[in-house]
Amino acid sequence: MLEIKNLVVQIEDKRILNGLNLTVNKGEVAAIMGPNGSGKSTLSYVIAGKEDYEVLDGEILLDGQNLLEMEPDQRAAAGVFLAFQYPLEIPGVGTMTFLKAALNAQRKARGQDELTTPDFIKQVNAAAAKLEMPKDMLKRALNVGFSGGEKKRMEILQMALLQPSFCILDETDSGLDIDALRIVSEGVNSLRSPDRAFLVITHYQRLLNHIVPDTVHVMHGGRIVRTGGKELALELEANGYADYRESEAA
Amino acid sequence: MPAVQETIDQVRSIDVDQYKYGFETEVEMEKAPKGLSEDVIRFISAKKGEPEWMLQWRLDAYKRWLTMKEPNWARVSYDKIDYNDIYYYAAPKKNPAPKSLDEVDPEILKTYEKLGIPLREQEILAGVEPSSRVAVDAVFDSVSVATTFKEELKKAGVIFMPISEAIREYPDLVRQYLGSVVPVTDNFFATLNSAVFTDGSFVYIPPGVRCPMELSTYFRINEKNTGQFERTLIIADKGSYVSYLEGCTAPKRDENQLHAAVVELIALDDAEIKYSTVQNWYPGDAQGRGGIYNFVTKRGDCRGKNSVITWTQVETGSAITWKYPSCILRGDNSRGEFYSIAVSNGMQQVDSGTKMIHLGKNTTSRIISKGIAAGKSENTYRGLVSAHRKATGARNFTNCDSLLIGNQCGAHTVPYIESKNATAVFEHEATTSKISEDQMFYCQQRGLSEEEATALIVNGFVKDVLQQLPMEFAVEAQKLISISLEGSVG
Amino acid sequence: MADVTLMKTPAETALAQAFESAKTVLPGSVESRAQAFEQFSARGLPHRRVEEFKYTDLRALLREVAPFANVPSAEEAKAALEGSKAFADVSALQVPFVNGHFVREAVDFHNLPEGLEIVPLREALANGHEWLAKLSPVPWASDNPIYQLNTSFMADGVMIRVAGAVETPVHLRFVTAAGSAVATATRVLVVVEDDASVTLLESHESTDGANHQPNDVVEMIAGDRSNVQHVRLNAEGDKTLALSTLAARIGAEVTFNSINVVAGAATSRHQVYAVLDGENTNLRVNGANLLKGSQHGDSTLVVEHNALHCESRELFKTVIDDEATGVFQGKIIVPHHAQKTDGRMMSAALLLAEGGSMNNKPELEIFADDVQCAHGATCGQLDEDLLFYLMARGLPKKEAERLLVQAFLGEAIEFVENESARDALVGTVEEWLRARA
Repeated sequence: MLEIKNLVVQIEDKRILNGLNLTVNKGEVAAIMGPNGSGKSTLSYVIAGKEDYEVLDGEILLDGQNLLEMEPDQRAAAGVFLAFQYPLEIPGVGTMTFLKAALNAQRKARGQDELTTPDFIKQVNAAAAKLEMPKDMLKRALNVGFSGGEKKRMEILQMALLQPSFCILDETDSGLDIDALRIVSEGVNSLRSPDRAFLVITHYQRLLNHIVPDTVHVMHGGRIVRTGGKELALELEANGYADYRESEAA
Repeated sequence: MPAVQETIDQVRSIDVDQYKYGFETEVEMEKAPKGLSEDVIRFISAKKGEPEWMLQWRLDAYKRWLTMKEPNWARVSYDKIDYNDIYYYAAPKKNPAPKSLDEVDPEILKTYEKLGIPLREQEILAGVEPSSRVAVDAVFDSVSVATTFKEELKKAGVIFMPISEAIREYPDLVRQYLGSVVPVTDNFFATLNSAVFTDGSFVYIPPGVRCPMELSTYFRINEKNTGQFERTLIIADKGSYVSYLEGCTAPKRDENQLHAAVVELIALDDAEIKYSTVQNWYPGDAQGRGGIYNFVTKRGDCRGKNSVITWTQVETGSAITWKYPSCILRGDNSRGEFYSIAVSNGMQQVDSGTKMIHLGKNTTSRIISKGIAAGKSENTYRGLVSAHRKATGARNFTNCDSLLIGNQCGAHTVPYIESKNATAVFEHEATTSKISEDQMFYCQQRGLSEEEATALIVNGFVKDVLQQLPMEFAVEAQKLISISLEGSVG
Repeated sequence: MADVTLMKTPAETALAQAFESAKTVLPGSVESRAQAFEQFSARGLPHRRVEEFKYTDLRALLREVAPFANVPSAEEAKAALEGSKAFADVSALQVPFVNGHFVREAVDFHNLPEGLEIVPLREALANGHEWLAKLSPVPWASDNPIYQLNTSFMADGVMIRVAGAVETPVHLRFVTAAGSAVATATRVLVVVEDDASVTLLESHESTDGANHQPNDVVEMIAGDRSNVQHVRLNAEGDKTLALSTLAARIGAEVTFNSINVVAGAATSRHQVYAVLDGENTNLRVNGANLLKGSQHGDSTLVVEHNALHCESRELFKTVIDDEATGVFQGKIIVPHHAQKTDGRMMSAALLLAEGGSMNNKPELEIFADDVQCAHGATCGQLDEDLLFYLMARGLPKKEAERLLVQAFLGEAIEFVENESARDALVGTVEEWLRARA
């Protein structure tokens, strides 16, 4: 599904990713863990196509298509979804307006018909109910005045609505209390399917108790330095990232 | 916060409406004849032993000045100034160019002692006042009477001397830079200054040098009917750094006195200049009699890439203040900053602010202005932020807040924000308010008097700016603010 | 007349000649017109060294004065109104003007909505109608040269009195249909009595390609506890120089909302002069300027808080494409006695292309201590992070931009109460954005 080969990325002359290799298969939930500053968020932005990053080398293939040649919206239409660590507030843009515009833009790009308004509303309401989201949240401007937890739920709602094939969760657990974490995780788990892959980026093991990964990658110094099963996360939780720092120093 | 306690003590200890620097010094003076003419300019130039080009420069300025009109756009009003009723040159008679402090008139030294300005560098070096190692240039009416730490600065290659001396000793440097930031014809008061300036400081920091101590000039107007026209020129060569402080006081007098200074700053590549002012000219009495007209042109030129100029000012004095310390952001990535506290009480009028002219790429500027109006004063912030067509990536953030104390004063905000480049991002915010009743009640409930609570809250209001000042100045400034606001509550 | 030796520009000379020949033909008192013109001539056309016109140099912009328009024939008027599209879907009482002249035939004076009276200004001036005394409700507006020119040349207009709650919106429809450039000067007075309410739509359209020079003044007096909703649309032709003024004196406990949307004209300057004269009044003045090509759009605003406990909110949004220039000058004045004033003014500009310019001058002039006043001004480009977020959700770049620009302008437009008028404004924005893509 997703294949990253020898990815080298810099921002403002600072090297962040140093020849990163990563493969995520269909139906797989892959977790990326690593200390702060290891390049986790950069990876998510580069996959989604944020402008500020300069890709010096390597490639990112999604189902064989080269993502690096696409604009962010084309990547979204191709199935990439990034749940932002800090979702943006857009004053003046109604949540429903936004959801409908995004959904129909993607449908159009894939050659599908636009959804009718009643169908659209039905879908949104269903998704909102699952995430225990109060109705009035949908009436407000996008993310404006939302709490941290509400913003994260809104990201998952969008994920459910847009039905992407490759989902990236960037530190989705940050700023969530235990109840919100449960709701968000359930939302994500219900979207797990053999056709869909997830890349779960997190600093802590906590989230992985709720969203159980198939594989765990440890990222450090802009590379994947170790890969294992879900038990690797527990090991990291127990020992921290100190080992990796030392190996770097040596 | 001991500083706050100090403020409160200060408020308690001092009588209302008392300007503690209002004393007069008895010194025998030599003056040019009253009034302005070519002869007076020749007299000044001769007194200073100036080369011919300098005299010519002055005379050209004078001719130009005769054709100019006094500006009237600022929100200040005053009776017409009679420019022929002013002494343009006044100097202590005894040895106008002292070679050491021992030659300085003891009366003058006493004056500076009273003002709390350390001139005796030996004592400081000996550890009498170890906390403040500041090189001082003291200007008494029209002449510089003492410059301290000259030798030590010389070792670092720093030139710090009265500008009249610099004209003689470093004519090439002066000639290259004088008038290059504030042209002779810039405005009425600057042109007047160019014709008649008498003294001021000259600073040159060589490439790569970090000036080893704070430099400071202390201005004192003493004589009656005397105008003070000082001229300051600071050049920070590539990669150098200097912090410069300026203080000023004057005796209490019933008539108004004119102060029309010009300050020019030049920062070359990667250089940084910090210029701080605590302006405490005599503000006049409660009825608006007397006080200094402070009509000053200050401008910095960030000529080189990555250069930085910071203006910090605490304005508590003067009957009228007309002053806009500005930055021309010419070099790519250069930065200009302006931090200001302007306090007005009694009948004072303040029209002050800054200009940030973005010419180079990725230039940034920041303006923080706090105006406090009390009594029957008028306090106006006037500022310009502009981005030239080529100023790609220019950034400005402006915040100007005004506080009104009492119902007979005025606080005004007049910003001009002009962008000719789409990539420039300018943000401006301004508020005007009074001290919140809730805050006041909270402080009083905790036992503070109304006046103490006011001082406390005002100090909080101006904190962002005070933090920009060097330590000793910040404490001084904080005291000044409380004194200026005395009698404003109730 | 020794003082005529002052240097006059050709346009000023042409205006003086036009006034000489028009003053006896125009209805009403010659003296008051002459007085206004004298005041104007004393200073002439304002230029950039006149503070209020620093960013809109009328001396440079008005080089050639167009002839004042004649009264159109019935056919001309009919054809012109048929071609008019502004607020087409809003059901409203039509009060139309063609080439600056009120089209009387279009109004059924006998069947006006209850509470509404309309008097044609031309007749009123000619026979000295008693409401004329209510003109110029904001005396200091008479210092303004644009206002002075309007007073000198005003040829027609209406006076409207609103008593009671008038449900049907009143639509002042101004159409300039002349093939070649004409100048017009209209004056409208709206007196809203105590406890009355009205929605006033105002639209201005003119033919493309001609250097029309409309100068329109709308004056309002809002009585205590009244409710006034004013929606103005500038859809002038692409060469038009449009000058306009709204002068309002507002009583106690009033809700007064006014918005001006600029989507036309080569050069426009809209001046709002509002005096809050009664306590507990709520004023909102908004503006949305859509500028492209080499358009120049100026919004000038002075709000004087003259009473206790009033609240004013001003929100101006300017979108600048190509090499257009936007100007915002706003001033909130709070004298000593206007305690408890709450005033907030905001101007935000979005520059979409490299060549655009924006000049902001938000001012506060405060003399009362127990007030909360603030202003803000921003200018810059669309937020890159927002664009990325939208694109990451699948929106193509142009569409993402469009959505953000719409949202940006929407904030200024959304408060318009009349739904179909609001939709019309939103439609204007959409059309402008479509034309851009």
